[in-house]
Amino acid sequence: MKTSALNTGSRKPSLARRLFGRQGGWAILSFAAFTLVVIPALNLLVPAESAFHLQIHWVSLSGKIMCYAIAALALDLVWGYTGILSLGHGFFFALGGYAIGMYLMRVIDPAGLPPFMVFLDWKDVPWFWRGTGNFLYVFLLVPLVSGFLAFAFGFFAFRSRIKGVYFSIITQAMTLASMLLFFRNETGFGGNNGFTGFTRILGRDITAPGTRVSLFMLTALTLIAAFCVSRYIVTSKLGRVLTAIRDAESRVMFSGYDPLPYKLFIWTFSAILSAVAGALFVPQVGIINPSEMSPAHSVEIAIWVAVGGRGTLVGPIVGAGLVNGVKSWFTVSFPEVWLYALGGIFVLVTLFLPRGILGLFDGVEKT
Amino acid sequence: MKREEWDVSGDTTGISHIATPGALDLSHGPILYLESIQVDFDGFKALNDLTLTVDAGELHCIIGPNGAGKTTMMDVITGKTRPDSGTAFFGQTIDLTVLTEAQIAAAGIGRKFQKPTVFEALTVHENLALAMKTDKSVWASLVSRLSSEQEDKIDETLRLIRLTEFASRPAGSLSHGQKQWLEIGMLLMQEPKLLLLDEPAAGMTDEETERSGELFLSLAGDYSLIVVEHDMAFIRQISRKVTVLHEGRVLAEGTLDKVQADERVIEVYLGR
Repeated sequence: MKTSALNTGSRKPSLARRLFGRQGGWAILSFAAFTLVVIPALNLLVPAESAFHLQIHWVSLSGKIMCYAIAALALDLVWGYTGILSLGHGFFFALGGYAIGMYLMRVIDPAGLPPFMVFLDWKDVPWFWRGTGNFLYVFLLVPLVSGFLAFAFGFFAFRSRIKGVYFSIITQAMTLASMLLFFRNETGFGGNNGFTGFTRILGRDITAPGTRVSLFMLTALTLIAAFCVSRYIVTSKLGRVLTAIRDAESRVMFSGYDPLPYKLFIWTFSAILSAVAGALFVPQVGIINPSEMSPAHSVEIAIWVAVGGRGTLVGPIVGAGLVNGVKSWFTVSFPEVWLYALGGIFVLVTLFLPRGILGLFDGVEKT
Repeated sequence: MKREEWDVSGDTTGISHIATPGALDLSHGPILYLESIQVDFDGFKALNDLTLTVDAGELHCIIGPNGAGKTTMMDVITGKTRPDSGTAFFGQTIDLTVLTEAQIAAAGIGRKFQKPTVFEALTVHENLALAMKTDKSVWASLVSRLSSEQEDKIDETLRLIRLTEFASRPAGSLSHGQKQWLEIGMLLMQEPKLLLLDEPAAGMTDEETERSGELFLSLAGDYSLIVVEHDMAFIRQISRKVTVLHEGRVLAEGTLDKVQADERVIEVYLGR
């Protein structure tokens, strides 16, 4: 981790200091300490009858929200920094979830087929699911498949110079079309039930508190790593080229840059990050089904980013945390008004906080 | 014969059309040839058999009424618009009609837009650093840090465009005239051979206009400049050669006094 370089004196600014400054470094360390030490200890070490015991339900909820935060961070790299609004990031999120979901289905009964295939009277897994019983293979599959599909989609879209609202509409169509495809029983994605009923992951009981806390910690580590890498990207010259593409693409071209590889790089990176978030999400919630690809889900990611503050890295994380925190309260207390509340939040933020919640702290946080 | 052995100095004849950015061949003098360029926008002939030659090191002014095709001509030179017919060559060898905008910029043609376009969210310094002639691939941008020579070059350009004390300000906070200068500075950072300036004095105060004129005069010789302007006083200050465009073709060419005395030019500008 880069944090160890924080105390290397002032001779030459270390990478960590250059990226985060003194305050940012401490903020990341505090976040790491809280998620990697305090929360696990409150659940695993504090006895259940103590008032300080943290129920596993809350750990998993926080883990789930951190997955959303990673997806929001990914979307902000393309939307907030590069000006490409994707309303189809839920597709990549679900792709990662489906890959890990298939692994979890296969290990329910390593010798047989996943239950839905038995039900369809299939004799063997379809070719594209071959090898998914191997965790390492699935671990590679998540970034490779999402990265490849994003690259191919981005290549044709950006090469044709599709921009703005047209691009957003195409991404909506992409995720909707995929959802319809995944809904069908014969395509091998488990139909409208998707994948669920998981029992084990890497040989451990998936519902055991130890496993769930480990998944939570892994998600926290991934979020921190994703933040650090994103910070490196946006503070590099590449990050400034992306901002320049957002503000004046023709000037970028006349300055001798070809925007296509730049857009493809950040688009593909963002899609992979979303897929990783989805892969961490599914073992924690125990289900993946095509509704995850519904256009509304992708729009929701954009709302988290807008609420938190696009064009900043902290904003999407704050936005995802806040909106989903409010959502989990609403959906328990007044489930029927949640969508109105979400719409209301979005309208209010657009009208009064065009730069999101982070815009309120201008000057304090300029990441 | 291998490409390295090709004589690009122009002493031999018969080898031409090397569509490779980088090797600019000025052996015959002119840096830009436009020949019989035709651009048709759904029946409207924006450029109609336009033929124009610009010599290396020349400061060439283009004037003409609205719709004469000045901006379309710039678009053709920079690859933004493809001509329907005709040829456009940069030096003897570089065919502009087959290259992309980025390739043309890399080959040495810099363009300033009518409306100043700078990267408003970035600082003045960052704007210049982005425009600098360097490896512009994704990977190079991801790992690049400015060397001290590059810093010196940015400082030098900042002095030239008189924005040294604004270096760390966001470009969006500059005045209109300062943005125009920043954009010119960004062009110079690309080390172009040919500069296209679309109404560079628009929106400037008289003093700024005059300083811009001095700047352009000092650049001519090292660079070739094409300036599209309406401001006659400004053209009088800087021009050596003026071309008048009208309805997509060249109407007159020569010194400002000569074209101003031309009957047809008077007719076009004052009506019949």
